[in-house]
Amino acid sequence: MYHTIVALVEDKPGVLNRVASLFRRRAFNIESLTVGHTESPGVSRMTIVVDSDDQNVERLTSYLYKLVNVIQVEDLTVLPKVTRDLAMIKVSATAENRTHIMQTVDVFRARIVDVTNSSFIIEITGDEDKIEGFVDVLRPLGIIEMVRTGIVAMARGTSPLYVNGNGNGVHA
Amino acid sequence: MKLTGAQILWETLVREGVDVVFGYPGGANLPIYDAMLDYPVRHVLTRHEQGAAHMADGYARASGKVGVAMATSGPGATNLVTGIATAMMDSSPTVFITGQVASKLIGFDAFQETDVTGITLPITKHNYLVTHTEEIGPVLREAFYIARTGRPGPVLVDIAKDAQQHSLEWTYDDKPIKMRGYRPDLRPTSRQIEQALEMISAAKRPLILAGRGVLLSGAMNELRQFAETANVPVAMTLLGISCFPATHPLNLGMMGMHGEAWVNQAIQEADLLLAFGMRFDDRVTGNLKTYAVNAKKIHIEIDPAEVNKNVPVDLALVGDLRDTLRQILAQMQPVSHIDWLSQIARSKGDSAVRDIQNLPPDDHLYAAHVINDLWHTTSGDAMIVTDVGQHQMWTAQYYKQDNPNMWITSGGLGTMGFGLPAAIGAKLARPEADVGAVAGDGGFQMTAAELSTAAQENVKVNVAVMNNGFLGMVRQWQEFFYERRYAATPMRSPDFVKLAEAHGLTGLRVTQRGEVVSAIQQARQTDGTVVIDFRVEQEDSVYPMVPSGADLHNMIRRPMPNPIAETAEDEI
Ligand SMILES: Cc1ncc(C[n+]2csc(CCOP(=O)(O)OP(=O)(O)O)c2C)c(N)n1
Repeated sequence: MYHTIVALVEDKPGVLNRVASLFRRRAFNIESLTVGHTESPGVSRMTIVVDSDDQNVERLTSYLYKLVNVIQVEDLTVLPKVTRDLAMIKVSATAENRTHIMQTVDVFRARIVDVTNSSFIIEITGDEDKIEGFVDVLRPLGIIEMVRTGIVAMARGTSPLYVNGNGNGVHA
Repeated sequence: MKLTGAQILWETLVREGVDVVFGYPGGANLPIYDAMLDYPVRHVLTRHEQGAAHMADGYARASGKVGVAMATSGPGATNLVTGIATAMMDSSPTVFITGQVASKLIGFDAFQETDVTGITLPITKHNYLVTHTEEIGPVLREAFYIARTGRPGPVLVDIAKDAQQHSLEWTYDDKPIKMRGYRPDLRPTSRQIEQALEMISAAKRPLILAGRGVLLSGAMNELRQFAETANVPVAMTLLGISCFPATHPLNLGMMGMHGEAWVNQAIQEADLLLAFGMRFDDRVTGNLKTYAVNAKKIHIEIDPAEVNKNVPVDLALVGDLRDTLRQILAQMQPVSHIDWLSQIARSKGDSAVRDIQNLPPDDHLYAAHVINDLWHTTSGDAMIVTDVGQHQMWTAQYYKQDNPNMWITSGGLGTMGFGLPAAIGAKLARPEADVGAVAGDGGFQMTAAELSTAAQENVKVNVAVMNNGFLGMVRQWQEFFYERRYAATPMRSPDFVKLAEAHGLTGLRVTQRGEVVSAIQQARQTDGTVVIDFRVEQEDSVYPMVPSGADLHNMIRRPMPNPIAETAEDEI
């Protein structure tokens, strides 16, 4: 089952390597990993999607906490949340299919961000399903190139990722 | 005061209480070595950086303080790797300081440049690459703090040469260390303590599994009080040995692959396992599917990542073992478990004619007898440091260690070559201790060059080489599981007596049991390091044995043609 894990980490050189190396060493497969800045300076946020069972994900969480630069880890899998992925898709655009493509873009609420005589770059944001649906529709029209950012996720509601530390026990 | 990075390093080390470092110089750490001469720190020049790493580890294990080793960049640093991994697996508080090429050369494959932080990432608790002089002080303070707090472990600090050389205005910063992501201070909730008390009082057949965490948290008295109050027998892991007196009536002995049958049997029959600072290593559990299926499990452990890793537990108390046991003890009622204790005594009685007494009464010298005699001759008071192999298991079985932190061995990584250098480090940490290294002929030769270090530094350790002409433990596996096809295990060795003498040290040879005691006595009375070459039985095996991955209760026992009567001398 896919788990969506969010980790707040110190923004220091080598931290991404430490996290990635941990997944490799403990034999977890990363489906998607994104990193970016957060509201607090010096703190980066990673969203990591792994295919693993609940028990192993619990292990993974405590392994992540062993890394000195990891501040907080939450498994958002079962929480109400918003997940987003962004894709840029370059499709070949001929005189015949241009209108058709533009209509499809509208239906999916995507955007055309670059236009040439023979191609479009289309940008789409959404959850995985939406993007996959869109790609399926475009595929017969001729996808030249595609890139996706990977997933970012945030739990719904007012509260931030609460800073309580490790899942086991409490702090002195 | 204007100081160079190298001077700041020593200023910081001295303030961390470092009195001895082990190491080897080279181009990339020359500034550190040059500055060293002005500081009150003893430097032990080893013959290989691996030796320095094991010495720092041995020093840490014997003293409880942080052990420090240093090396130059490139090959110096890579030579440390085995020692760092050894310290990591056994949670040994150590700091490794390596020189790195100048910061502007990093990434250009400069002479003797190696990505040391990359290489050691998975075998350190944490590591740092320092490229600016002003980082040296704070990073080293953090390194010592991380190495000794929480679950201890090795921390490596790689310092670029230019950062060692530059000067800056410096004063010592003694503010408490704050790290956002590092929380070594977990503790269980009072509800969890109550649950533990309930489970303990409900148990009919409780058993304590004591690991190295007992020693690391200094919970020896609390463990003893717990065991005595609730009348719970104690089984120890290989690394837990010495955390509970071997001669205590509630001590069962070592568990696991080469544990005595009654110990493993008791684990399988227990209805409550109290795992104290141990991590259910596969050498301890055997087949996980059949491991202690009748028992509820309480795990008291400082590292949350060890909880539910190998064995799912019913209750986990994450926190410092000593503090946690104190909280439990404050509310624990005395209980007796007469039936359970006599049940164990009965199964122990069945095998009371022990392995050691079953050895054929020929003229051969058996390693188990040597260890037994070593224990008698030293009144059980020596600090014993082992290498890895059969002799290690025999020493664990037959040297009945009563005193905490007097037993040092490479458990998690099983590093051959560990024994002699770790013993040298341990002796420097505890000069008053009678330190003996026990090694096989194979492992001894991996780091035998450190005899030269012992001679130069005038460090006295006694080295007992159990010379069986084989890589014994591997030969044993070949005998049991590979139809005695002895591929690459027979080993021809140099004359160890002459080897010792070549170093200006004393060498002794023992070929018969009657000579064992006098040789040990002579070694202890001789100044300087002594090597005793014990020519032991070549094809002897360690019993009992749970084959790797087999059920804990299914052990291979010593074939018994005609059991010999127990002799008083061999009794505990
Ligand atoms: C560095 C290293 N290499 C290989 C091994 C695998 N190994 C484990 S025990 C052993 C044999 C040790 O032989 P020896 O040192 O003579 O001791 P004995 O078992 O005979 O007591 C070997 C090769 C190891 N543990 N460490």
